[in-house]
Amino acid sequence: MEEGKSVASMRAAELVMAGVFLAFGALVMWDSKRLGSAWADDGPQAGYFPFYIGLFIVVASAANIFRALNLGEKGRAAFVEWGQLKMVLSVMLPTCVYVALIANPWFSLGIYLASALFIAYFMWRLGKYGPAKIVPVALGVVVFFFLMFEIWFKVPLPKGPIEAALGFN
Amino acid sequence: MQEIQSLMGGFAVAMSWFNLALMLAGVSLGVLIGVLPGLGGANGVAILLPLTFTMSQQPGGATSAIILLSCIYWGALFGGAITSILFNIPGEPWSVATTFDGYPLAQKGRAGAALTAAFTSSFIGALVAVILITFISPIIARFALRFGPPEFFSVYLLTFSAFVGMAKGAPFKTIAAMMTGFALAAVGIDTVTGQLRLTFEIPALLKGFDFLIAVIGLFGIGEILLTIEEGLEFKGAKAKLNMRVVLETWKELPRYWKTSIRSSAVGCLMGIVPGGATPASFMSYGLAKRMSRDGEEFGTGKVEGVVAPETAAHAAGTSALLPMLTLGVPGSPTAAVLLGGLLIWGLQPGPLLFVEKADFVWGLIASMYLGNIVGLIVVLTCVPLFASILRIPFAIIAPVILVICAIGAYTVHNSMFDVWLMLVFGVLGYVFKKLDYPMAPLVLALVLGDRAEDSFRQSMLGSQGDMGIFFANPLVGTITSAALLLLFWPLISRAIAIARGRNGRGG
Repeated sequence: MEEGKSVASMRAAELVMAGVFLAFGALVMWDSKRLGSAWADDGPQAGYFPFYIGLFIVVASAANIFRALNLGEKGRAAFVEWGQLKMVLSVMLPTCVYVALIANPWFSLGIYLASALFIAYFMWRLGKYGPAKIVPVALGVVVFFFLMFEIWFKVPLPKGPIEAALGFN
Repeated sequence: MQEIQSLMGGFAVAMSWFNLALMLAGVSLGVLIGVLPGLGGANGVAILLPLTFTMSQQPGGATSAIILLSCIYWGALFGGAITSILFNIPGEPWSVATTFDGYPLAQKGRAGAALTAAFTSSFIGALVAVILITFISPIIARFALRFGPPEFFSVYLLTFSAFVGMAKGAPFKTIAAMMTGFALAAVGIDTVTGQLRLTFEIPALLKGFDFLIAVIGLFGIGEILLTIEEGLEFKGAKAKLNMRVVLETWKELPRYWKTSIRSSAVGCLMGIVPGGATPASFMSYGLAKRMSRDGEEFGTGKVEGVVAPETAAHAAGTSALLPMLTLGVPGSPTAAVLLGGLLIWGLQPGPLLFVEKADFVWGLIASMYLGNIVGLIVVLTCVPLFASILRIPFAIIAPVILVICAIGAYTVHNSMFDVWLMLVFGVLGYVFKKLDYPMAPLVLALVLGDRAEDSFRQSMLGSQGDMGIFFANPLVGTITSAALLLLFWPLISRAIAIARGRNGRGG
């Protein structure tokens, strides 16, 4: 794929986003209808206020769809280029793995170990640093956060096997 | 002159060594936050909010906590100017106008003068706004004590209409974003009927969405994604700021007293209206350009072109706290986060705060004076230090900021689900920015949603479903009318433009 190639046009992105809003608004209206969006003996029902909120979202999204269809030349501009998307994904995917590593239903690395690994990976992959720089930075940052949260402010964060081995829990 | 007396009492509260140390720490941290990409006033304060839980439990702790957080905010406001001038990167939307003349000045080797002018005018703008808060807010609070649910709802309506009326983008995008905030606020247990709304039998949704998570995701993660997309390499001007440059610039500044006064007035007026800081800075820059003797040279590096937007932005940023304190209606995302802090510490924002927690309110107001003085000293002495932080490569800074955001999101409710939610909001923030959807209305709607709905329901209960209650007396009628005028302003202004265009062509 060429780096400068457009992945999606502005028009497509606008339409998708407005469509998502439209669906969300419809969902809100549907759920409010289920709860009752009318006037009961003791005042407005639970869905009374959200129903109109949903309605406003639907109307505004419809207007945005109409606007997106009439964008003209501007609509053909690139929403995101292939090279840009690759950069964004190179941050987003490791971050998702990082959050999954902190805690998931099967095991938990704890936030400190996961953070150290995450910073190290980032510096190695995107910064092309060697271990001589990676190790002190990753460890230093994590130790600082550990002192700040667990010791000074006494805010406990998720911990894993390493902390347990060191006697913290 | 009761205000002066109360203020003196406030100084007595704020002037402890502990609180002064907190101010210094808060301002330094705030400047750091303002300088770093992906961390700004709103999400910086949001991330640090959970750290004040234990602090606020002690006697007088709530005052210390708000002093710490508000000083972070002042610091972030100052910090925005550093990146704008040295790196041509506006840290916050209201710093955009500062780049117009600030960056050219830096390129000409006058970075020191630009920075001094920016910091000093920020300080003056903030000072004017704090004086305004000191004398106006007790009056508004006293006045608002008479407010009932319809009045409060009309104030909320005014707040949200202002976003539609003042937004420079598409009004329907503002409405879509804002209403989504309201819808997200409705998720969870309905406080009146106890029914579950919009939870779809998913247990994680039972407790609803916390706006702090949204703030951290939208402003933090979203910003990082945008920065990385540019493949950013910071290329900045060198920052040298010695006492000689500072004094020379100070000698020059009194020449622009007219600009200062005008910009302060614009800032204070616009700041009270939500979302006002950004338009205030642009408006003030535009006015200065038109009225100044060397207006044509604006944009090539004029000190006056830095003075105008910075004064207005800070005046607006500070006066945004006025409606937050007196009415419980925040004027900006950061004010909203501070309001969230008050609620977490067990304080009810609104007019009663001035009566029931006078020492807290006046301690905060006094700390605004002191905090800005501390801020000015910190930024004038430590610019090279803060600028050097921007020279740390992005491959190191970015993961550290992402870790900070994750920790911040986790500590709000000790929940990993919130961290995932933060990532979702991050992607949303990235798309919002790219498609020009505004984020501030979503955040404010998420904060105020429940209370806006409560005041609406109570009004409706009182009137048995008659909308006429929002015009029932002159007070509520005026506020509602003003709100509707602002709401339809995009349409009205277009109509005026068309009418004028016809006249112009005809004549």
